[in-house]
Amino acid sequence: MTLERRAAMATLLAERGDDLLVVPGLGSTTWDAAAVGDNDRNFYLWGAMGGAAMIGLGLAIAQPSRRVAVITGDGEMLMGLGALATIGTQCPPNLAIIVFDNGVYGETGMQPSHTQAGVDLLGVAGACGIASRLDVRDEDRLEDLARQLKNLRETLFARVQIAAAEPPRVLPTRDGVALKERFRASIGVKP
Amino acid sequence: MSAQPGDWPDRLFETLKRGGIRQVAYVPDAGHARLIDRCRADDEIRDVALTTEEEGVALAAGAWLGGDRAALLMQSSGVGNCINMLSLARACRFPLLMLITMRGEWEEFNPWQVPMGSITDPVLELCEAEIFRVLEPSEVAGIAQRAVQYVFGQERIAAVILSQQLIGKKVWTK
Ligand SMILES: Cc1ncc(C[n+]2csc(CCOP(=O)(O)OP(=O)(O)O)c2C)c(N)n1
Ligand SMILES: [Mg+2]
Repeated sequence: MTLERRAAMATLLAERGDDLLVVPGLGSTTWDAAAVGDNDRNFYLWGAMGGAAMIGLGLAIAQPSRRVAVITGDGEMLMGLGALATIGTQCPPNLAIIVFDNGVYGETGMQPSHTQAGVDLLGVAGACGIASRLDVRDEDRLEDLARQLKNLRETLFARVQIAAAEPPRVLPTRDGVALKERFRASIGVKP
Repeated sequence: MSAQPGDWPDRLFETLKRGGIRQVAYVPDAGHARLIDRCRADDEIRDVALTTEEEGVALAAGAWLGGDRAALLMQSSGVGNCINMLSLARACRFPLLMLITMRGEWEEFNPWQVPMGSITDPVLELCEAEIFRVLEPSEVAGIAQRAVQYVFGQERIAAVILSQQLIGKKVWTK
């Protein structure tokens, strides 16, 4: 069974609360996050492939009283697998890494990704020392994940099995400086 | 006790502390060993060991989003690992302070260090990093301080290049 990506994103970000900071990965997860509702506390990525999880780590360390959710694609995560090892050594309690795994590089034309060939991201996260993990394949588990995200107490890694479909693109601003400035202003970080 | 020429990593550490650096990321390098030890021993600095240097570029961006100042320590070969991720700092104007120990430029024993060492400066320049090169121990504190000011005052990228002459030859036979 697979989940529909926009509905899954909507479930995860419903009543998200002021203290949730979201880093979507480049491409599809950025469109998903923008589609379910623009928010100053989303730091959309238009590039930096392989960097989403590490941006989340730096942010989680800097903002220990807020929750940070990195929501990215399997391809994006695969490019920065080492980040899971680094995060495993740091384990900030306020960081969730959520991978929308469709088994393909959707944004670039649906070429098969390594997860389709059996590479197990949950296994990698576990081997890297991330104890709290969730395999999300249906609505019930997705609700579980949304609950755990609201109540984040330790580094969490979740794989969400989503359908390889391409809903219409919803593009947020491409201006990186503006995204950075509005994000920082929204959480009251001094210039 | 008066300052010794070999104490320059302590000057760097003091500059990081004065500059309010809260996250220090690194892939270990012999030339940075003492600075890494100082950072690891400091309660106010979160030291983050990386698997590859580009992780540190992304970490520093996240740190700044959350209001923390970060520094990234690497050797010159690590610059090559960072190139595309530096787009993040450039596109969003994230401040990025890199402290880079040079290899492959002065009495280098290992020829495999030369290809990247010989293009470290131009690569950084192409990536819009301001280069602050240090040759003498006595210059370390002043130059590093200027780099900190440049990076966080203007949200720019700086590379403090610690020349191989400053660091000294790596000992190959023990
Ligand atoms: C360094 C780099 N290599 C390749 C690309 C091209 N590219 C754009 S998005 C993407 C991956 C998309 O796959 P995934 O993260 O699984 O997201 P999906 O669209 O499947 O949800 C790739 C390879 C890029 N932007 N940067
Ligand atoms: Mg994918």
